[in-house]
Amino acid sequence: MMGHAVVGRPGPRVDAAEQVTGRTTYAGDITLPGMLVGGLLQSSQAHARILRIDTAAAETLPGVRAVITGADLPIPYGILPVSQDEHALAVDKVRYVGEPVAGVAAVDAETAEQALALIDIEYEPLDVVTSIDEALASGTRIHGEVEGDNVHRRAALEFGDVESGFEAAHAVRENVYFFRGSNHAALEQHAAVASAGHDGRLTLWSSTQVPHYVHRTLEKVLEIPAGRIRVIATPVGGGFGGKTDPFSHEIVAAKLAMVTGRPVKIVLSREQVFYAHRGRHPVLMWVKTGFDPEGRITAMHFRSFLDGGAYGSYGAASLLYTGALQTTTYRIPNYKFEGVRVFTNKPPCGPKRGHGTPQPRFALECQLDEAAADLGLDPVTIRRRNLVEPFSMTVNHLRITSCGLAECLDRVVEASGFFAKHGTLPEGKGIGLAVGAYLSGAGLPIYWNDMPQSEVEIKVDRGGGVTVFSMAADVGQGSTSVLAMIVAEVLGLDTADITMVTADTDLTPVDLGSYSSRVTFMAGNAAKEAAEGIRDRVAAAVADELGLPEDGVAAAGGRVGAEADGEKTLSWADAVRAAIARGGPLIASGSYRAPDLAGPYRGAGVGISPAYSYSVAVVEVDCDAETGEVKVTKVWLAHDIGRALNPLLVEGQIEGGVYMALGEALMEEQAYRGALHKGPSLLGYKTPTFLEMPPVESILVETNDPEGPFGAKEVGQGPLLPVVPAVANAVHDALGIRADEVPITPDRVVKALREASRGGNGRIGPEGVPKFDFGRLTRVKIPEGFS
Amino acid sequence: MMRLPAFEYLVPETLDEAVVMLADHPSAVVVGGGTDLFPNMKRRQVSPATVIALGAIEGLRGIEIDDDGAVMIGALTSLRDLAASPDVPVALASAAAEVASPQIRNVATVGGNLCVDTRCEYINMTESWRLASGFCLKADGDVCWVAPKGEECVAVSSSDLAPVVVALDAEVGLVGPDVSRTLAASDLYRSDGIDYLGKSEDEIVATLTVPPRPGWRTTYRKLRRRGSIDFPILGVAAAVQVSDDGIVEDARLVLGAIASAPIRARDAEEAVVGSRLGPEVVARAARLAAEPVRPYDNVDLGSRYRKWMAPVFVARALEDLR
Amino acid sequence: MTNGTITLTVNGEAHRLASADHRTLLESLREDLGLTGTKHGCELGECGACTVLVDGLAVLSCLTLAVQVQGAEVTTVEGLADGAVLHPLQQAFAELGAAQCGYCTPGMLVTAAALLERNPRPAIDEIRQALAGNLCRCTGYIKILDAVSLAARRAR
Repeated sequence: MMGHAVVGRPGPRVDAAEQVTGRTTYAGDITLPGMLVGGLLQSSQAHARILRIDTAAAETLPGVRAVITGADLPIPYGILPVSQDEHALAVDKVRYVGEPVAGVAAVDAETAEQALALIDIEYEPLDVVTSIDEALASGTRIHGEVEGDNVHRRAALEFGDVESGFEAAHAVRENVYFFRGSNHAALEQHAAVASAGHDGRLTLWSSTQVPHYVHRTLEKVLEIPAGRIRVIATPVGGGFGGKTDPFSHEIVAAKLAMVTGRPVKIVLSREQVFYAHRGRHPVLMWVKTGFDPEGRITAMHFRSFLDGGAYGSYGAASLLYTGALQTTTYRIPNYKFEGVRVFTNKPPCGPKRGHGTPQPRFALECQLDEAAADLGLDPVTIRRRNLVEPFSMTVNHLRITSCGLAECLDRVVEASGFFAKHGTLPEGKGIGLAVGAYLSGAGLPIYWNDMPQSEVEIKVDRGGGVTVFSMAADVGQGSTSVLAMIVAEVLGLDTADITMVTADTDLTPVDLGSYSSRVTFMAGNAAKEAAEGIRDRVAAAVADELGLPEDGVAAAGGRVGAEADGEKTLSWADAVRAAIARGGPLIASGSYRAPDLAGPYRGAGVGISPAYSYSVAVVEVDCDAETGEVKVTKVWLAHDIGRALNPLLVEGQIEGGVYMALGEALMEEQAYRGALHKGPSLLGYKTPTFLEMPPVESILVETNDPEGPFGAKEVGQGPLLPVVPAVANAVHDALGIRADEVPITPDRVVKALREASRGGNGRIGPEGVPKFDFGRLTRVKIPEGFS
Repeated sequence: MMRLPAFEYLVPETLDEAVVMLADHPSAVVVGGGTDLFPNMKRRQVSPATVIALGAIEGLRGIEIDDDGAVMIGALTSLRDLAASPDVPVALASAAAEVASPQIRNVATVGGNLCVDTRCEYINMTESWRLASGFCLKADGDVCWVAPKGEECVAVSSSDLAPVVVALDAEVGLVGPDVSRTLAASDLYRSDGIDYLGKSEDEIVATLTVPPRPGWRTTYRKLRRRGSIDFPILGVAAAVQVSDDGIVEDARLVLGAIASAPIRARDAEEAVVGSRLGPEVVARAARLAAEPVRPYDNVDLGSRYRKWMAPVFVARALEDLR
Repeated sequence: MTNGTITLTVNGEAHRLASADHRTLLESLREDLGLTGTKHGCELGECGACTVLVDGLAVLSCLTLAVQVQGAEVTTVEGLADGAVLHPLQQAFAELGAAQCGYCTPGMLVTAAALLERNPRPAIDEIRQALAGNLCRCTGYIKILDAVSLAARRAR
């Protein structure tokens, strides 16, 4: 294989100069001539019928240009076709404190604020449901008018026969775990600017990870043909999954722009960001696992209970994700998953970095450490004995391709000196280990269609300038840079020679969006194919021009021609002109659609991916047994990236993933008092500062995935997964208490230690899970090739 | 963006002028750095009609030592300057260094921190949140959600400097419309979350004077979730005078951020006087200091944990002084 | 003094503005002067995104009145570069990937610039302490730390 000039080399982002000079224009930075300021009125009620909304006083306030309510936007929507349960502004009922009820557009922010205060709403309060237990009991339903439970979705799947697996086991372990929910807390608050011309066309600039899905939602809710709507995803000031739904403020800004004929900007307040939420689901889990005498898993039965908040969002998928990826790291011959997602009167949960998989990963990895201790094994050995094989099938029909899990494990154990430290560090100090896996892109789009998941177009001008068009939205992960690098590599150019046009539904061909770690893999493959189309045309023209055999032409270093002969080459620009002269406009496209991987059962669409990344973390902690403070002193993270297209950006994603995981392990929590958010601010919601962040040693493992672009897989989400349980396992090593619940806050640590000192079990975590009928069990045949 | 409510903005050039302005404007407040007042105003906890900025007044900034060795600190001295001062007791400098974040310490003032508003998870919230909660005693409501049976607001004294200045027997210089006077720091605080200052509303804190304390050792220990940004949820200031042979001759132990005013732990002070700061003495003092503490569940990490931490932090403070 | 015309000197340029006294420096920079490089993340002094320099001191523009800083020299991220030449911090942030989403970057840069101005050779812990009021959600702060260290080394 030829060496690469661009791929594999660390380099800055293509937009770095704009970022460091303050020139990057985020949605909230946009000002248009005549622009109005929009605002949203928040529900003060957690659950109530809206009896009356009086907007007269607000409408007559000087400077107010429009006031709208749910009656103006009656069409429901939702990110998943199965959950069309949201309205941009509440219709008939409100279901959580902070839910948008009315929108205003005014000449300035202060007038908008005053107008919101003048809107008079009469509510009839209803019973409020705030916990999983309450939601499972019969009572007032949050959706629908009848009495009953508040179950949103349930799932029950069995692969193989868990009962016989447990019977065959030497040891069986049952544990319960609780992963409290968290918010993404991206530093940029959500923002959107809408402009509607009198020609019936609408443009929306929004801080969104998914311009394509926003486009579809606007078409549906506003009843405008998609061809007259343009959605532009501005550079996203942090997403992490929090800007992956279509949101109220986007639709309301658009509607207000249409009503007023003037551009309208809405920027959510920090408080409203916590209410828009879509953060990590709180998940209560029960895990029963059987092991043979050597520690090999014989069967696993996993139950999860998701507190979904007031709306569906991605919840139907989130539920299945809590049961999907357990099998991607360990060979589990018999596996049963039962899960339920409930509605509660709290802001809706959704996808956050790792979407539905960090919670079960936490449970699984904590339980494995306990099982290892039961069986007299160490944490590394029990894992080694269960690792999945590369290029294998899992019992739940997931196709594993490249898998560097074993190498990640070996390297991180070696780098951290795990064996020398585990169980031997002085009191208060500890070390913990865990593994994880994540998708390189969801195997299926969010709505059923048989079109590509990523399309890329490339246009080359007569001066040789290369412009790449892709709808992928850069959310800080560097997707725009990665696509530019891939194209530059194929065309033998410098990344700086590539112009990127991204995330604009008028200009760019569809990419489904920046979620499920899909862009490098999917848009990357599409970009590579498009670039190869350009290269092939240019190569043919150069071969013709210089009388070379076509297969002897290469593009490298800004020249195209005979590979080994510098004399017989043309400059890139001359080569391009030769191609245009022979074949007309130099354009090409590429696309990617994942292979059909879904297994033969309902729900099989969740968890499939063309490739999985693997991560192993070792975390060292220094705990203060008196104060309960857990200080993380070092993290080692080995990640199977397939191939690092840009090691600098890969490291950045690992470090950021580790950081976010430490936040979730130790302090981040979307906490409530009843239905009221306990601290919807960046002071109330604790995120780690510079001072809480330990050094991170990143270890890149390259397995060269056969289907990834240049062998690449994902890195945006996977590295978060093992870190949370590794912290819990390290705390156990340090203090002897099990943290079966995160975040592991100092008060919970001290409480557990006090209980332990009085002879209690010294454990942080839930006592049990509710009894619940998960519905009819689907028994799925074990896939062929599973052994 | 959260914005300030409109107000009349006055910039006096002298303290006398400021005092007159304060007297003449019924709903006026004074502001130093604004890092406490402005967030509270943005959340509409307070909406004063007039804001009197003290920043232009000469002579209120700086740290001086007088002939007797007393340290005089101007109320407009920034916390950054206080933290960096070699002339003030260790506890005072370190408490200043642990307030909020570097940017806030750059502008926040000594006077502002001494008078920082009491805090509570039901009050330091936006107006829309407080509307949803039903408002509370401290602003716009008539019930305390933390202690609904009580008559009084239990918002928490959240000044890092407060327990330290009480422990140092410091005094504040107040300038009022009629008289100027000094007030013992311990009298600057009242155990009432609303009416939490022992000065009248028309008086301005102009100076902080720390008496000379040759031979004393001082320390401050702060509990908070993160190493930066967060307010104290418990602060322990300790000062001891130790003889050459290691016997404690006099002591001050003050707990902050655990009630509406700093709490002086006199029983614990008595327990260490006359002894060496050995493990048993420290443990006994810690127990005595923490025993009367009754924190509420109204700031980060709640009541039980902060109650548990009180003896731990008292003990650690005393160990600092060994 | 109320609600009149104020003069703000930002990045060496004097601007006369009609301004209400309750307008913050953050609002004036972004909305009156179009200097949107300065960001907002909370508007309550809790995140550091809006940090600017006032006479070289890092302050939170969300808690500073515009009227308060008349006569002072305000520096924003737009004022760091010397014409086409990036400030060493900007150069280092770009090279080392210290910006991911880039939203905290302006606040980080100016805070770090104030640090290097008064302490050209900061120890690692001094950098961490100086930036402890600036939240970042992307980077885990590691590449930011590396970039500030690199800029300081290069400046010597």
